[in-house]
Amino acid sequence: MPAVHGGERRWEAEAAPGMAAARPLALLVLLVLGPGGWGFADPPRDSLREELVITPLPSGDVAATFQFRTRWDSELQREGDTDHYFLRYAVLPREVVCTENLTPWKKLLPCSSKAGLSVLLKADRLFHTSYHSQAVHIRPVCRNAHCTSISWELRQTLSVVFDAFITGQGKKDWSLFRMFSRTLTEPCPLASESRVYVDITSYNQDNETLEVNPLPTTTYQDVILGTRKTYAVYDLHDTAIINNSRNLNLQLKWKKPPENEAPPVPFLHAQRYVSGYGLQKGELSTLLYNTHPYRAFPVLLLDTVPWYLRLYVHTLTITSKGKENKPSYIHYQPAQDRLQPHLLEMLIQLPANSVTKVSIQFERALLKWTEYTPDPNHGFYVSPSVLSALVPSMVAAKPVDWEESPLFNSLFPVSDGSNYFVRLYTEPLLVNLPTPDFSMPYNVICLTCTVVAVCYGSFYNLLTRTFRIEEPSTGGLAKRLANLIRRARGVPPL
Amino acid sequence: MAAARRFDRAAAAPAALLLLSFGGLAAAGVEDQAEQFFRSGHTNNWAVLVCTSRFWFNYRHVANTLSVYRSVKRLGIPDSHIVLMLADDMACNPRNPKPATVFSHKNMELNVYGDDVEVDYRSYEVTVENFLRVLTGRIPPSTPRSKRLLSDDRSNILIYMTGHGGNGFLKFQDSEEITNIELADAFEQMWQKRRYNELLFIIDTCQGASMYERFYSPNIMALASSQVGEDSLSHQPDPAIGVHLMDRYTFYVLEFLEEINPDSQTNMNDLFQVCPKSLCVSTPGHRTDLFQRDPKNVLITDFFGSVRKVEITTETISLQRDSGIMESSHEEGQRDEELMEPLKYAEQLPVAQIIHQKPKLKDWHPPGGFILGLWALIIMVFFKTYGIKHMKFIF
Repeated sequence: MPAVHGGERRWEAEAAPGMAAARPLALLVLLVLGPGGWGFADPPRDSLREELVITPLPSGDVAATFQFRTRWDSELQREGDTDHYFLRYAVLPREVVCTENLTPWKKLLPCSSKAGLSVLLKADRLFHTSYHSQAVHIRPVCRNAHCTSISWELRQTLSVVFDAFITGQGKKDWSLFRMFSRTLTEPCPLASESRVYVDITSYNQDNETLEVNPLPTTTYQDVILGTRKTYAVYDLHDTAIINNSRNLNLQLKWKKPPENEAPPVPFLHAQRYVSGYGLQKGELSTLLYNTHPYRAFPVLLLDTVPWYLRLYVHTLTITSKGKENKPSYIHYQPAQDRLQPHLLEMLIQLPANSVTKVSIQFERALLKWTEYTPDPNHGFYVSPSVLSALVPSMVAAKPVDWEESPLFNSLFPVSDGSNYFVRLYTEPLLVNLPTPDFSMPYNVICLTCTVVAVCYGSFYNLLTRTFRIEEPSTGGLAKRLANLIRRARGVPPL
Repeated sequence: MAAARRFDRAAAAPAALLLLSFGGLAAAGVEDQAEQFFRSGHTNNWAVLVCTSRFWFNYRHVANTLSVYRSVKRLGIPDSHIVLMLADDMACNPRNPKPATVFSHKNMELNVYGDDVEVDYRSYEVTVENFLRVLTGRIPPSTPRSKRLLSDDRSNILIYMTGHGGNGFLKFQDSEEITNIELADAFEQMWQKRRYNELLFIIDTCQGASMYERFYSPNIMALASSQVGEDSLSHQPDPAIGVHLMDRYTFYVLEFLEEINPDSQTNMNDLFQVCPKSLCVSTPGHRTDLFQRDPKNVLITDFFGSVRKVEITTETISLQRDSGIMESSHEEGQRDEELMEPLKYAEQLPVAQIIHQKPKLKDWHPPGGFILGLWALIIMVFFKTYGIKHMKFIF
């Protein structure tokens, strides 16, 4: 397809071998191809933007989020009219995430851990954390302001929370080197923007709680997730940042120890647990917290429960503040044994400043012998519930400008500034099913064979064998030698 | 005079013979080298590395497999040609004190998990069925490419298996086994479908030699860590991690392979000597009767590396820019802008739409067998009870 060819060729033109010095050459090639290639009316579209957001947490830990956005024009058509109002997510519980998942994820990056922010992606540091999350998002976006055609956007995000306790550090001072065992040297040559943001909202320089070193040249303020935040910005394309030491090692030092105040609670959070006892029944409960002081908002709750937990939908109860709360919309698709899981989707109105409890009882099924996993006593996983909500924000936000605003602000863009979109996943659950004793066949065989051998075998021997007296053996060598000596002495032999 | 001439001629003859033989040897040396270049008939290399054990105390089996993976990758076989099957995750196991690492030497000297590992079959996917499907190529069409063994008749394949085994079987994940007969039949299927040129089979389990006793297909060389009736032992525990890190046989094979680089001329006879009884406590065995070449002519890199035979050319090839494509892309861009009306982003939570949905119409399906059978039974009973005379009023 023509536009794909264009995209690919432009990519090759810019794919200088990783050194900043080669960029002028790439630009030159681009100019030569220019008039024949791209639509001359539009400015050259950025292909890659990369960002790192560092957020110091009140507990002394630090969270780091990487975002990489690749955009390309393609005539790849979406099929027909996928009504994306009703597009939902599927969840796979118990997928181990380790370096083997990071490797193909890194391969999608244009600079692929050789230059730019992706040099910080070292597996042995990223997995020695208390929280790790990786994501890949692909979606169509408007190509221009009129939105007459679409281009495709690939977003990769990686979030980690470094825990001072796990990494065994005494002081809670952080630097890029301490977190990632690397420092930043140069931006990715293919990236049009390569920036590091540090969240200094609660920690102004005057306040002298947290010191950020080197001092930022610019700051950025915006309303993120409903609250006003301030960030210190370090632009890797700015040659003053990467000074004569040829690298950028951001340092965060706590001047005063972080106050032990309670961390800010988000307006929407959820918890899920299994209750009950025994291996026959149980109850699945989800608690939805709305901590907004005066606004109620609806939440779409999607539950996918495996077929071997047989849900009793007549026991579904939703209570808020002690009273029953009827959902505005309910959709239930029952499970078919070994074919499909239960699907329960509800739109629940959460009253302001309340806890809503959604609970449903279930019965555990007995699986067939061969359907048990090799480690059945570990338990079986239930996938997390997915909550989608438009949470009202405290401060109105202005609509997102796709080109200008940083990536972390445009993952879920706001259509109007009064609320922001949030998708939450609760924790996955582990339930035990009635598990047979798999050592039974071996034990039964051993036991019955032993019993048969001892009982029947004894009887058989008694009934069928003839017995005769046996001469005692003459004894070993020692006895013979002893007899020899005794005969010599004239004493009777043994 | 005549005697002197005769002596001269007598001396000249052996001298001439010597010269001739030297010349012959020199020529044979060059020919030998050229012949060596073309000796092995393979054009590509594959590796299938299988760890069949689950649970934290079987850390050493995963470390075994990853050491072979590391060596094979280092010597040139790319990830696309390696099928790595690990039955459990040790690196990011909650019991691992150093996440994202799997060590082979104590004091954490060598991290064989590395930074760019790609595991193709993980956790519950490592089953006998999947293993046999990978070998024979009888895979469902939806399988991704990285999970397939796409070998042809000029591929040299290295198959390495480790885990717990016994006389004639290898245990997969504590729930099933593969027998030596099944394995031999799988290799025969591969031979019939010409899925390999030569095959090297290495197994590190207890009584490993029993697994290669039943092979009957040509061009297979097999190595095992212990004979029938012997146990393969593990090497050394690490006090910080708390488990044994490697098995002895694979530990010494790893040390041997660390000395190999892509242009080594080491041959298979050296690999047979790798772990003598003094180090390994068990007696490693090997089987070469099915293999057509002499093991001393088989290079280690024939199986562990991916040596490409490259021909360098000095011609230049100029690529022409296809102006036709670029013009049409420009035109299409313009056309697109004129024709399509503006799109907009979807609303993320359209509450009103969700609440006021119309229920979806379900397709009508004809009644199934049960319903039909039930009605047939009811009708039969009716007619039997009240007599067949009622039929004529109906039909």
